[in-house]
Amino acid sequence: MRFVDEYRDPELARTLARELAELVEPGSVFHLMEVCGGHTHAIYKHGIMDLLPPEVDLVHGPGCPVCVMPLGRVDDALFLARQPDVLFTTFADMMRVPGSKETLLDARARGADVRMVYSPLDALELARRNPDRQVVFYAIGFETTTPSTAITLLRAQAEGIANFSVFCNHVTIEPPLRAILDAPDVRLDGLVGPGHVSTVIGSDAYRFVAEEYGRPVVVSGFEPLDILQSIHMLVRQLVEGRAEVENQYTRAVSPEGNARALAAIAETMELRESFEWRGLGALPRSGLRLREAFAGFDAELRWELPHADVPDAKACQCGQVLRGALKPWECKVFATACTPERPLGTCMVSSEGACAAAYLYGREHVGVPA
Amino acid sequence: MTPQDLSRYQVPTEAGVPLPEMPPKDGVIAAEPAPLIDEAPADDASTANTAGYQVPPAREVSRGGRRRPRLRDERITLAHGAGGTATHALVEELFLEELRNPALEQLGDAGLVRAGVERLALSTDSFVVRPLAFPGGDIGELAVNGTVNDLSMAGARPLALSAAFVLEEGLEVEELRRYARSMARAAAAANVQIVTGDTKVVEHARGDGLQITTAGIGLLDERVSLGPHNVRAGDAVLVSGTLADHGMAVMVARGELALEAEIRSDTAPLNGLANALFALGPALRWLRDPTRGGLATTLNELAQATGLAVRLDESALPVRPEVAAACEILGIDPLYAANEGKLIAVVAPERADEALRLLRAHQIGAEAAIVGAVAPEPAGMVALDTSFGGSRIVGMLVGDPLPRIC
Repeated sequence: MRFVDEYRDPELARTLARELAELVEPGSVFHLMEVCGGHTHAIYKHGIMDLLPPEVDLVHGPGCPVCVMPLGRVDDALFLARQPDVLFTTFADMMRVPGSKETLLDARARGADVRMVYSPLDALELARRNPDRQVVFYAIGFETTTPSTAITLLRAQAEGIANFSVFCNHVTIEPPLRAILDAPDVRLDGLVGPGHVSTVIGSDAYRFVAEEYGRPVVVSGFEPLDILQSIHMLVRQLVEGRAEVENQYTRAVSPEGNARALAAIAETMELRESFEWRGLGALPRSGLRLREAFAGFDAELRWELPHADVPDAKACQCGQVLRGALKPWECKVFATACTPERPLGTCMVSSEGACAAAYLYGREHVGVPA
Repeated sequence: MTPQDLSRYQVPTEAGVPLPEMPPKDGVIAAEPAPLIDEAPADDASTANTAGYQVPPAREVSRGGRRRPRLRDERITLAHGAGGTATHALVEELFLEELRNPALEQLGDAGLVRAGVERLALSTDSFVVRPLAFPGGDIGELAVNGTVNDLSMAGARPLALSAAFVLEEGLEVEELRRYARSMARAAAAANVQIVTGDTKVVEHARGDGLQITTAGIGLLDERVSLGPHNVRAGDAVLVSGTLADHGMAVMVARGELALEAEIRSDTAPLNGLANALFALGPALRWLRDPTRGGLATTLNELAQATGLAVRLDESALPVRPEVAAACEILGIDPLYAANEGKLIAVVAPERADEALRLLRAHQIGAEAAIVGAVAPEPAGMVALDTSFGGSRIVGMLVGDPLPRIC
């Protein structure tokens, strides 16, 4: 496949792996966090860990938008989906996420009108075609997906579509990174920076990691060679004693990001005082809500949501996994009480969740039975 | 695959379980009495042996550390029809529990019965697909090929089929005629006849336009005895052609993805290929067609039934470039997408090249490949050596394959 095979060349991979092994000093381990769930899955799917020397330890990060959603917000979504006049729309990944009692798939089996969409614009189209229904879009995601929600809101406003609203759960990447870098139980030497998020916010957005925390960042693409090269670049910085922001994903990411996307977000949304994250707790100025001018499209204002503060299941250790404090298989319910078909925690649900990746692809390595 | 897409909604049917009665009885056509079968007791020891289906000893299963899927859901969701773990839980914990008998316990693509001295395979399959017609085929063709293939994979030569239609009020007669014609063409291609049928009509919005259930009987071929108990470490694993064509063709044809691609379903009868492989005799160990859940799910079933491992070589897996590209864009793993005209064969290693030649001699087997081997470890699992130089587990499908968000 053109434009893909080039980034999966096993010969180049072996060369890179050899160079990497020569760079590290035996016995001195570097702990590198791949922030993005897409990277986590690519690492498992292509078996990248098999190519790394033992001195490189990969730690999975919080960059899975489904995983960081707290139970209370999932319950709010289920509340909306159950309203009789509501046509509830969501990305596929959220369908299987358990709330405190059920998932959106369960709600649908009980008669709720829940539809999967591929873009918020599809939800807007449903609103146009169903003027007698209230169409709600369950917006989740980091800066990657926020611009498409923003543009949909601008279009809804321009067309005056009154039966459309957004349940906004968009979050930003900087606060959780700070929380993890500040955490006493997580020791990280460098970050493999998110790729898709960075196409919007730009690689300069991570300068605080280098300047305030003294840790290197390499923004990485998603193909296996991208990731291997990014790890190589990180290790080189560490060996040479540098802490800089480097960009491996230059074919998609610029230092300053996408100004038009950022402007659309700024026009439609603003930071909340605080937003609750699974595993990380309430982080100040980490979540987005609709601006006053778009209040008419805000599902949180249109309905009175329960907004309950629901604690995670006791046995669930998603929090520690999301912070990189635990490897997925070190969680006490991994592959026992928590499996992809019966997930206790979000990390086991999402196609980007670290536990789902470890379960689906990695059990051979960690010796967990099928 | 979106949750709406159940290209094959056949949960109970593969196991030979009758479908529940459809509510309204609005008319019956061509309702001839089914051929009578003199059924010998299925627990007859000789039947169990020659039929080629044995439950692997419990010890071997537990060696794989396998826990049976549990049915803990209160209601049916679309995941129960997707062919993965939820389907298995439903079949094993509900249908098998309630309808248990030795033939059903084998959970093969076909149930095996005896009629006098003849050994017969009986199989049934229901078809729900949206859209009803798609590039490369339609529901009529699928319905014939599906049952022909299930019989062939059991080691039988298909003899005759039945077809039952659930029509939704409002369906255009001309459209229905088109599907009937493609059934006739498919039956002719597979050299079988549709000898009985049934029709029901349901109210508007209570059906899916058209649902077809076919059943078929076949004569077991004397030369082979297929089943997981034959499979040994070291055996070769072959596929008869490219993967994921049907699943991706249907997904693209639905037109919801703003994705245009020339992908055609691979729906085809496999009895010709199967018959060619029967010439291998006992060296042919096991056959399956990887429909719902794809190659990954079918091979996981094999791994669990044998307590052995299947090791795949990613670079050997045949996938058309346009299918690979569509999968890449949608975040779908081609190993989990449905096929409707492909078989997986496990063959003794010394006959693997011969099996490959036999497959490639057929038009629909021209792209056949040896894709891996049975191995002792990791027990009960499917592992993949990636073309990138690493390795990973290929798990069973969980729920429906859903396109990713970003």
